[in-house]
Amino acid sequence: MENMDNNQRPFEPYEIQMGPQHPATHGVLKLDLELDGETVIGCKPTVGFLHRGVEKLSENLTYAQALPLTDRLDYIASMANNVVYSNAVETLLGIEVPERAKFIRTMVMEMARITGHLLWLATHALDIGAMTVFLYCFREREQLLDLFEEVCGARLTTTYTCIGGVRQDVTGHFLETLYKFTEEFPSRVREYETLIDQNRIWLKRTQGVGIVSKEDAVSLGLTGPSLRASGVDYDVRKHLPFDAYSEVEFEVPIGKKGDVYDRYRCRMEELLQSNRIIKQCIEKLPPGPIRADDSPDLVMPFSKKCVTADATFKSGVIKLVEDRKHYMEGDVYVSGECPKGELGFYFVSDGKGRPYRMHIRSPSYIHIGALPFLCKGQMVADVIAIIGSLDVVLGECDR
Amino acid sequence: MEPLEIAELLKKRFPGQVIEIKESRNQVGVLVKKGRILEICRWLHDDPRLQFNHLADLCGVDYLGKRDCRFEVVYNLYSIPLRHRIRIRAQVPEEDCKIDSVTSIWMGANWHERECYDLFGIEFVGHPDLRRILLPEGWEGHPLRKDYPLDGGGKNWSGYEEIRKKAKDLRQFDFYGDYPDPTKEKELKDVAGKDGEYGQ
Repeated sequence: MENMDNNQRPFEPYEIQMGPQHPATHGVLKLDLELDGETVIGCKPTVGFLHRGVEKLSENLTYAQALPLTDRLDYIASMANNVVYSNAVETLLGIEVPERAKFIRTMVMEMARITGHLLWLATHALDIGAMTVFLYCFREREQLLDLFEEVCGARLTTTYTCIGGVRQDVTGHFLETLYKFTEEFPSRVREYETLIDQNRIWLKRTQGVGIVSKEDAVSLGLTGPSLRASGVDYDVRKHLPFDAYSEVEFEVPIGKKGDVYDRYRCRMEELLQSNRIIKQCIEKLPPGPIRADDSPDLVMPFSKKCVTADATFKSGVIKLVEDRKHYMEGDVYVSGECPKGELGFYFVSDGKGRPYRMHIRSPSYIHIGALPFLCKGQMVADVIAIIGSLDVVLGECDR
Repeated sequence: MEPLEIAELLKKRFPGQVIEIKESRNQVGVLVKKGRILEICRWLHDDPRLQFNHLADLCGVDYLGKRDCRFEVVYNLYSIPLRHRIRIRAQVPEEDCKIDSVTSIWMGANWHERECYDLFGIEFVGHPDLRRILLPEGWEGHPLRKDYPLDGGGKNWSGYEEIRKKAKDLRQFDFYGDYPDPTKEKELKDVAGKDGEYGQ
């Protein structure tokens, strides 16, 4: 108390722990915040609570067996993970995917982007205090999840793609329902905007908060809408087009200031652009096969004995034909634009049917790594807005 | 610029550092010695012809028993303004398991390097905060090394017993405090299993 002279309070930074069980950290993320009053002067994220060792597991599985593990990375938009993973394996094996499968993949990836962004908008708004948007977003998300269920039988853990194409063809009913959805979706987006865009509380909570400059954003490794909101034109779909992205027209929204509000605006615009891509995919969807001729076959084992003898895990039921000629030796890095940012797979192959090393470059991991930089000098309440605006999923971060 | 041109340029700029230039599936990887990796990365980042400003990925690879030099640290670089990419692989021998940190060039390298340290045990010299990240402090070994068994070798993490004991203590909640009822106490014990332990 001796320091209290001249009305000055004693400077004593104190620490609070935010998480790991906290509704606004979007999973099991723990932040050790060092505070001076209400201002954050230090932030130390702790991750790893969801670490399942996907990379180590994959080294002991065949390429096809490791595919379902990718569902569990970004479980909000698992279709996108499936597509990027399959693309990476196909690049490694040198398999050319048929046109129809490419369009279907582009379509489901954009559907995944919409589901991902809708969940982001819902939870982000809920964090900041707008409850109604949450319910509206889930209405549309539900429609898309039902469509996922129709096309592959699962709503969240889809495993829809396979190496060399997609597992099942889309039906006429699916395309009709989806087309109807794309027709009315822009009006839905306008509905969300009327709820929050003019809202004074929303604007005050988001504008000018968590600003990150162009140079810093690139240096920090931010990708996806979080990077583009800072005014950097980097979208993997445009820079290194994969699947049918070179054949559809769409714009990449770019922000100016790089604050929470710009990140919100970029994602809202992306919803409309994704909608546009889906529409074009339905219109342009060519007929033809959905799997490449030279894609690795999945064969059911002859007997139960065969499974326990050959598969790595005792519970394995599918055995991949491993003695293919064209598993090459070497390494590839392939990335794709997921809802959260650039998801990349780095494979090292030693010519066998299993990856020698697989590394996942997950955008959420890098984004949480950027949190200390972004939170410095902000208020405690804004930390929540910043985490929300980066759109992180801990399943993907911890792998 | 074509990736092969970049690789040649790199070879000319740093003579003696480049060991091998390898192309696979239209992607070029340059194998370099680790000694001047910081200089190489700074040059790749700063040179106006290259401008590799985006560190897409950084990870380690363990070539146990396959190559003379056991570890490699792989940098996947991309240039957002010039739209070209290259992969730099730096050799890290097991005896001298350390390499210069590139956090001074790309801030985003921070967590990549921590992950690599955590899972491979490669030390990054000059890193501001080199701690384990995905695994808890006090974990033994580095799981992504090839000699680390898939099931963890049957050993438990040191903090595991502590958590287990805590959970066990919490389960033995005294519902009937001052009024002991022997019959009910017996029933409770049966539900919880032997000594109130979790079944495994």
